[in-house]
Parts: sequence; structure tokens; C-alpha cells
Amino acid sequence: MKALARPLLFSIVLILAFASVTYLLPQMKGEAPDEKEVNLTDLTMDGYVSLGEELFAGKGTCTLCHNKLARAPDLLAYDVVKTSLERIADARYAGKARDDESYLRESMLQPSAYVVKGFGKKGTDDTESPMPAVDQPPIQLSEIEIGAIIAYMQNKDGNTVTVALPRAAPAAGKKAEGGGAQPAPARSAEAVIAKFGCAACHDVLTTRSPIGPSLTDVGKRLGVEQIRNSIIDPKAVIAEGFPPVMPDFPAMTLTELDLLVRFLEQQKGAAR
Amino acid sequence: MWHRLLPALLAAVLVLGCIELLGAGTAQALAAEQQGAPAETAAATRADPGAPKLQRPDYPSLGVSSRTVVWIVAQMHLFFGALVLAVPIFVLVIELIGFKTGDERYDDMAHEFMKVSLTAYAITALFGGTLALALFLLYPQFMAYLTRVFGSQVLVYAVLFFLESLFLYVYYYGWDALRYGNRKWVHLTLGLLLNAVGTTLLVVANSWTTFMMAPSGLDPATGAVTGSIWEIMKGPLWNPLNLHRFLANISFGGAVVGAYAAFKFLAAKTAAEKAHYDWMGYTSNFTAILAFLPLPFAGYWMMAEIYAYSQQMGILAMGGILAWLFVIQAVLICTILLAGNYYLWTGMSRTEGGERYRWLVKYIAIVLVLGFLVWVTPHNVIYTGAEIARLGGGNHPVLGPLGIMPAKNIAVFLMLIYTFLSFQLYRRADKVITVAWRDWGNALTIVVYIVASANVILAGVYYGYFTNTVYKVGSSVIQVMSTVVVIASGVTIDTLMFRGAKTLPVYWGKVPERSQYALFALPVAFTWLMALMGYIRSSVRTHWHVYTVMKDNSPDNFIPALATVGNVVTGVTLLFLVFLLFIFWIANLSSTRQVPPAPAGIPAAGDAAA
Repeated sequence: MKALARPLLFSIVLILAFASVTYLLPQMKGEAPDEKEVNLTDLTMDGYVSLGEELFAGKGTCTLCHNKLARAPDLLAYDVVKTSLERIADARYAGKARDDESYLRESMLQPSAYVVKGFGKKGTDDTESPMPAVDQPPIQLSEIEIGAIIAYMQNKDGNTVTVALPRAAPAAGKKAEGGGAQPAPARSAEAVIAKFGCAACHDVLTTRSPIGPSLTDVGKRLGVEQIRNSIIDPKAVIAEGFPPVMPDFPAMTLTELDLLVRFLEQQKGAAR
Repeated sequence: MWHRLLPALLAAVLVLGCIELLGAGTAQALAAEQQGAPAETAAATRADPGAPKLQRPDYPSLGVSSRTVVWIVAQMHLFFGALVLAVPIFVLVIELIGFKTGDERYDDMAHEFMKVSLTAYAITALFGGTLALALFLLYPQFMAYLTRVFGSQVLVYAVLFFLESLFLYVYYYGWDALRYGNRKWVHLTLGLLLNAVGTTLLVVANSWTTFMMAPSGLDPATGAVTGSIWEIMKGPLWNPLNLHRFLANISFGGAVVGAYAAFKFLAAKTAAEKAHYDWMGYTSNFTAILAFLPLPFAGYWMMAEIYAYSQQMGILAMGGILAWLFVIQAVLICTILLAGNYYLWTGMSRTEGGERYRWLVKYIAIVLVLGFLVWVTPHNVIYTGAEIARLGGGNHPVLGPLGIMPAKNIAVFLMLIYTFLSFQLYRRADKVITVAWRDWGNALTIVVYIVASANVILAGVYYGYFTNTVYKVGSSVIQVMSTVVVIASGVTIDTLMFRGAKTLPVYWGKVPERSQYALFALPVAFTWLMALMGYIRSSVRTHWHVYTVMKDNSPDNFIPALATVGNVVTGVTLLFLVFLLFIFWIANLSSTRQVPPAPAGIPAAGDAAA
């Protein structure tokens, strides 16, 4: 019995010692990708960028390789918009993109169109990328999700976000296309005001309206952040004496928002 | 004998029954076609519908985690399967050595090893049947898909299973009837057939596993079968897994029967028994370590193929959440190496010649311990903000560089090289070398060790820290070759130097009892390691039943927290230990004979002693 008891005790202690090591490690859990529906009605550009950031580290599994360990180019360490344009001009570039947005989309759907030196598949002389197409299994990002990651990539270094907010879910079975056409964003504050119909309710530029507070002196009354917040979330603070009727502008790009905020900040004229 | 076949028969009937049930749906569809269903419907029925897209309600629930149920049962089946497939491999070699040398001790030892394997076989079959039942019950649609993909290959597996049972029982029970002369050749042939069938079973079952990880022979968009059964089986990971499991099984089997020998050694009452089981334990340990040494190379090949198939899958295993589990792998492998070395060092006390090399043991121990410490150092841990500020970054300035693969490669290869040195010293312990070029031979051996160690360190440091990431892997070739050269040259030089050597007496049984605990540490660490690595291999599929083809939408489609993994692995290891004790007890019981009752009027032996 002794011949069995001691080895048994020894074995159990050893097994438990191995088990205890697992308790010393970080208790991380790997959830399956959350296939949540994106509510397009309430989606703002900030929300879209945030979705992109979430996908970049989550369902897209981008951070698995694009990190500081140099398994793939560390996208968070440099300005991808600037680099995209350089790569399009590179003689090794084999794609069809014309601008940073279409380049980023193409790099996710056809990763071998341009392979950064040193990151190609072994034996291919950097002509074939080991990265899977993100619209295919196992990643399977939708067109909206791909757009969100592009928006995040453009926004992270303060570049112009050219991706348009999705207005409706793409038709079933429609594949994401490299460099697909998107509605052109407004390029000036005046164009933004015209695009989103600000003059319908506010005094702005040459038009007058009594429905909302005047914007001709808004730069005197509100700071930059207050102006920005009042556009992003109009119902958070309602100007005294005016009805809470201003809508959200989910389709507004970050660039358009910036143009508008900078314009309004400078409006310091006398109130009507 | 036939009553022993019963579990195997039951398991096979269970599997075939489940297949029959799943086939019923297809049969009904075909019947509908014959009864005049529209031609288009009939064509659609004939066409392979591909992989089903399951939703959560498609998974039956027993109220407990289905994955955990399957995980435990599958792991138990794999433990016992590994044991029963591996033991006959080295048993056949030992039997052949006994036959060629005419030393019956080998024959008796081989027969005793088979006794352990035989009891394990029945338990393997029972767990196999339970596994099939659990899979068909808890994952019916997934199993229906797999059955459709592999088709009649499953029946081939069942036939092989019957053949395995047949050869195993004839091989074991025919041992004494086919012991000498030409009959021995018949017995050896039976052993060869047993191993051929067993290895075929292994590779067939492996194809199911590797298909789930890297499917082939399918339409990637739908999962519909487009290739032949051979194309389906021969996925990119099949052969790497075949080699890895083949070697690992032998190592595991050697370790388990080593524990049996240690148990018998500790329980032995006589010096003869102690000598026999000491020798048996030594042979088992030798087998386990011999098969273990090439295992890292097989593992390296497998990971390289995983990376080539899907970099994402490779990085998830080696650089994602699962990478943390390699810290435990380091602890386990180092335990195996330390236990194996310790057993060899204590074993040198069996002969007076061992004293000559004892002074080297502490240096080998230092290399092993340093290697262990480097291997177990993580690249980083989760710090608080204040800790990161104090460190000046996410990595420790000194320990950080030790946490990456190049440092670990250096540690692993040096540990392997110096484990071989322990083995070489052990082999030399009972010999007095007499060849004239003895000093040159020793000098050459020392030079090989020095050059190989320098190669491993310098290649690791240069490629690992002073070149681009893409070239880091370049060090591995030099390190592998250096290790192989040490082993090959060591064996060759020693073989030549041992010619005409004077052999010192070896006193089997003359080892301290504590040495036997190394023989218990080995199977415990092997078992834990096997369960852990099996989990990692399976988990790289993440939320896919069949990677990229069939999604897992069950409630268990996530990678659990590491402590949960540790709990399950610990649970199955303990369960295996319980079953193992049962096997040892049964094996012991079969050789126990009750003292016949004394005739009336004569006191029994026990009474006299009292």
C-alpha cells in the first residue's frame, strides 16, 4: 500500500502544481466574433470610426499581425494615408487604387496587390502576401465593416475621412469591391451647410431662419468643443427659447464636421 | 478471449449504428426520388448540400457544456489510444532483441509490457464508443457532415478496429505458444501486423482531425465535397500530425509503462524482483526519452506547416491568447527533461564506473535549470500603469529579450544537447574504454559539444536579435543541425570507442528509491502536456468546426480562460491516473496466485508464521 500511496501523492501534488501555473497567467478569454447588426439610422461618423477601431482589434483580427512584434507592418505606428499614396506610386504596386481609401480597401481584399518588403510569403520574393482576404473566411468582414476600418485608419492620424457613412445595408450577396465609388464628401464649409440644410433653421451665411439659434455669432457664444458637441449630439443641450427639433447627421464625415466646426468657430458677428 | 473483445465490438456497433441513423435521411430522400419526385428536386437531393450553417438552437443541450463533455471523453480516449498503439511498437523491438540475443529476460519484459497495454485496450474501446455517442448526440449535424465527407472511409476504420483487436489478442495470448524457433517468427509477424494496423488506425483518425483544421478536397465556398477521399485525407497538416503523434505516442507509452515498473520496483519484496523492475524502468525511460528527443523537430515541422497554411492560425497559437499556454508547456517539458536526466544520474550508481562522471552532473544541471528559467520567461505580462512607468515600457529591459523565441530556441536546443550528454555518460558509466585513440576520441567528443553549443548560442543571438524578423527562423536550421550532429557523432564515436571495452558489472536494483519518482514524474508531465497541446491544436480553429468552412455557433464557440483550460486538463490527468492505477492493479492481480488451502490437519503457511 505504501508503494502506491507515496507515488500517488507525489503525482497528485505534481499535477496540481502544473494546474497552479495556469492561475498565474493572465485570464484572457477569446470570444467568437460578435455578429452584431449596425444600426445605420443612428450611426454617426464618430460611431463609425469607433466601430472600425473595435473591428481592427476584434473580429478583423488585424492586431494579431499588425502590431509591434513586426509580424506585419504596424499600422498604428505610422500614417497609413500618407504611406498609401507612396505605395500607389511604387513601381512594385500591382493594384488599381487611385487614392488612399481605395488603396486601403484593396489591401484588405487583395493583399497581394502590394506586399511590403520583408513581409511576403516565404519564397515568393514579396510578391504574395500571407494575409487572408478579409471578406473571406475565416474573417468574413462585411462591406460596412471594411469601410469602418478604413475610416478608423484614416482618422487615427488626423487625416480626412473620405469613407461615406453607410446609409443602408448592401444587398444580400453583394461583395465588397476594391476602390468602389462613394458619394463625394463636401469640400468646404459652405458646401457642408448646403449639403445638410443648416440654413433651413439657422441664420447662417446670407440666409435667415427663426427656427433655431443664429449661427452668425456662435463663435462668440460657444467654444470649439461645444460647437462640435452640439452638431454630434444636438439634443444634449437645447438653446433656451428654441424647440428641440435639430436632427442628428449620421452621414456627416469627420472632415465635413471639422470644416463646419472651424467655420462656425469664426462666426463672431452680432446676433440678429 | 472473446469476452475481452466485447468492449471493442460494442464500440464498433455503436459507431456503425450512429452512421446508419444519419444515413437514414439520405435514404429517405432517395426513396422520394424513386417515387416520382420532380427531376430538379431529385438532382438537388443528389447534389452535395455542403456544410450546414448552424444556429444556436441546432445544438442539443444536456444542461452541461457539450464541449467539456466531448473534450474530457475525447482526451481520455486519446490517452488510452496513444498507449495501446505505442506499446506494441517498442514491445516488438524488445521482443526481436530478445529473440536475436537469446536473452529471455527481454521476452518476459516485452510480454509484461503487453499486459499493461491489453487492459488499456478495453478501456480505449469503451471511451471510443462513449466519444462517438457523445459527438453524435451533442453535435449531430456536424457529425452528419463529417460522415458525409468521409463516407465509407469510416467503415474502413471500423474494419481496421476489428483487425487490431484480432491481432492484439492473438499476439498477447499466443506469446508462450509461439515462443521459440520458427514459431517465434510467426509471433513476430503477428506483432508487425498489429503495429501496421495500429499505425493505419492512427493516421486514419488523424485525417479527421487535420481535416477540421485545414480542410481539403472541398469547395471552399460551400464545403461541398469536390475531391476524392484521398484528397480529403491528405490535407497540409496530415503528415506533420502523423509524425508528431507517432513519436509522442511512443514517448508517452514508454513513460506510462515506466511508471508501472517503478510501482512494481517499490512494491518488490526480493532483490531479484527489484533488479527486474529496475531494468524494466530503465528500458521504459530510455524508450520515452529516445522518442522524446526528436519530438521538438516534429513539432517545429507541424507549426511551420500551420503557418504556411494560415499565418493567422499560426500566430493565434504562438502569439495570441493561446501563446500563454506555452509557458506551461515550458514547465512541463522542463519537468520531463529534468526527470529524465535525474533518473540517468541516479542510475549511474548501479555501477562503480559512474563515479568517474559524477562531477559533470552539476554542470549539466546548471544548463538545464538556466534553460528552464529562460524558457519559462514570458515576453511580457499584464502590468499596471505604474509598473509600465517604472519599467519604461511594456517589456522588462533585461528579461524582455529572454521572452522571445530566439532565446527560447537557444535554451531548448542546449537542454536537448546536454540531456544527450547525460545519456552518453550513463552509457559510458559501465565501460572502461581500451582503444588506443581513446584520448583523441574524448577530445573530439568535447570539441563537438563546444562547437555545437557555440553554434546554438551564436546563431540564436545573431539571427534572433540582429536581423530582420523574416530571417529569425534562419537560426533554427543551424541549431537543429548542431543538435543532430551532437547526437549522431556521439553515438558513432562511442560505438567505435566501445570496441573491446572492458565492461564493469551493473547492479540492477541498486538505485535509490527516490530515483523511481522520476519515473512517476515523466508520465504525469507527459499526460498533462498531451492534454494541453491537444487543446491548443484544437483551439486554433477558434469558432469553426471545420476551419473556414463550417462555423461553430454552439454556446461553447469561444476560447475559455486559461485557468478553465488548466482545470479541465488537470481533471482529465487525474482521471487518467485513476484508470492507470486500475490497470496496474489488474496487471498485478493477474500475476497473483492464491495460496492453496492447506489439507485438513496441516497448518497453513500463514498460520505457521503467526
